[in-house]
Amino acid sequence: MITTKGLSYTYPGQNKIGFHDLSIAPGSHWLLLGESGSGKTTLLHLLGGLLRSQEGTIEVNGSDITKLSEAALDQFRGEHYGFVFQKSHLISALSVRNNLLMAPFLAGRHQDGVRVKEVLHQLGLSEKEHAAVKQLSQGQAQRVAIARAVLNKPMLILADEPTSALDDKNCERVIDLLLEASAHNNATLMVATHDQRLKVKFANQLQL
Amino acid sequence: MNLFFLVWSYLKSKPLTTVLNILLLALGIAVITVLLLFNNQLNERISSNAKGIDLVVGAKGSPLQLILCNIFHVDFPTGNISLAEAEKVVRHRMVKKAIPLALGDSYNGYRIVGTTRNYAALYKMELDKGQWWEKDLEVTLGATVAERAGLKIGDSFVSAHGLTTDGHAHQENHYTVTSVLKRNNTVLDNLILTNIQSIWRVHDLMTDSLPSLPVHPSSLVPGVAMGDSVRQITSLLIQYRNPLAVIQLPRFINSNSNLQAASPAYETARLFSILGVGIDVLRGFALVLIFISGLSIFIALYNSLKERQYDLAIMRSMGAHRRVLFVSIVLEGSVLSMLGSLVGLTLGHGVLAAFASFVTASQKAGVSALVFYPEEVYLLLGSLLLGILCSLLPAIRAYRTDIHKVLAGS
Repeated sequence: MITTKGLSYTYPGQNKIGFHDLSIAPGSHWLLLGESGSGKTTLLHLLGGLLRSQEGTIEVNGSDITKLSEAALDQFRGEHYGFVFQKSHLISALSVRNNLLMAPFLAGRHQDGVRVKEVLHQLGLSEKEHAAVKQLSQGQAQRVAIARAVLNKPMLILADEPTSALDDKNCERVIDLLLEASAHNNATLMVATHDQRLKVKFANQLQL
Repeated sequence: MNLFFLVWSYLKSKPLTTVLNILLLALGIAVITVLLLFNNQLNERISSNAKGIDLVVGAKGSPLQLILCNIFHVDFPTGNISLAEAEKVVRHRMVKKAIPLALGDSYNGYRIVGTTRNYAALYKMELDKGQWWEKDLEVTLGATVAERAGLKIGDSFVSAHGLTTDGHAHQENHYTVTSVLKRNNTVLDNLILTNIQSIWRVHDLMTDSLPSLPVHPSSLVPGVAMGDSVRQITSLLIQYRNPLAVIQLPRFINSNSNLQAASPAYETARLFSILGVGIDVLRGFALVLIFISGLSIFIALYNSLKERQYDLAIMRSMGAHRRVLFVSIVLEGSVLSMLGSLVGLTLGHGVLAAFASFVTASQKAGVSALVFYPEEVYLLLGSLLLGILCSLLPAIRAYRTDIHKVLAGS
């Protein structure tokens, strides 16, 4: 599913961050652990095509994403990835439903209202379908962000500190839902975090 | 979900900013629209009223007054000229057609014009009902006069001196309405037409009844003898025989007689150059408003980029191409400016409609709000261009969003 070779990244005026070669099996769930500054966000962004690699190759689903053009990379992200970040980053001008529909719209796919209901139901948000983003609690907003990430049934879900802004109760709920939604959609999941609470949830862990 | 809906949602999420931007542009566009409608209609009106009249000859005085009085009927006469002198002008070989006017009285503020049928023919007037005036003291009403003064065929009335309703009334002679003209949106809609003898009769200059036609009738007023030294008229409307007359005739009249000749084309152009200053000031004001509204749209979009950097980055992460972000910002600016100019055009027409229904002077001038000009399409296109221009820089910034930096939160 994902294989990297000789991957490294250097920020201007900083030391080079080198990464171990990875080989991630399809459908597996991984935890990337590390203190802030250890390069886990960088690795996640490199894998997600949000950041261009300077050295090394990243093969996702058979294509080397380091060789893709900007437009092709956008397309690739839309087709294969779902992202969850520390903050939900929902578009506050839109309702929950329309936030979710942004995913198929931007990926150029059919906008399926039934799928929206299905995912919201999965994540226990059915009654929030037409709610404004501002009416959601932080935990709810993060669940909507997960719903948005899984809506297109991506092969790969990349989550960057998805729980670190949440209290224990919400943390538990969000990570369970993330794992559940990934399993349900047969997606490979990679979670980058320094949140020690997540350690117990993952069999595969990678310390940076 | 589509881009338009997204843009519309963003605009709706900030109603105050959006309404302010729309209103600001709308005000500027409305002022321009009102000026455009007013100016164009006034121009059309002036040219249709002055059509076919090359020269106005009257008593010495202000040439502009001569034109305003005798063509547009909005000013007082400069004085009278003797019929005999007027006949001399008519005999000039450069004169193709001459129409005499005798002014001075009014009814309810509507001017009574002593003239010949040629005057009505000049404006291609047609009768709506009744028969043309024939005998003395018979009148034909313009459409507006009949409507507003509440007169109908067979009614009689007395005229008042001057143009106001409280002038000295000529009680002794009653006019009788014999016909009403069809409306044709010229100054004649606001006039009461009769023959020249009627005017003289009211002013005691026509006490003899003249049972038979004179042996040598006047070329202007066939009812009286040529060379009459007593009777006077107000002015002559003249049509040139050929273009050479432009040079010869005014000079001949202005130097060889007690008369004055004024060209409607020249005087109205002069009038417009005087009015033009005010119009230019208003137009300048409107352009400043439009400029500020453009600036305001630009600032609103630019500021919103900061709040929306996550939205933009998230959209990229979900597969949006850079150009989608670019287009969405440009679309937002365009939608704003199009809404602004549409509201502005509506406002402009609305203001003029209100003006036309409340201000009688504008009714007399025949200004209507339900007229549309091709320039209004240019206004829309111009606004669209303004919207695109103002959103270009923010759109470029959106295009260049560094998704890694934004989403890594550094």
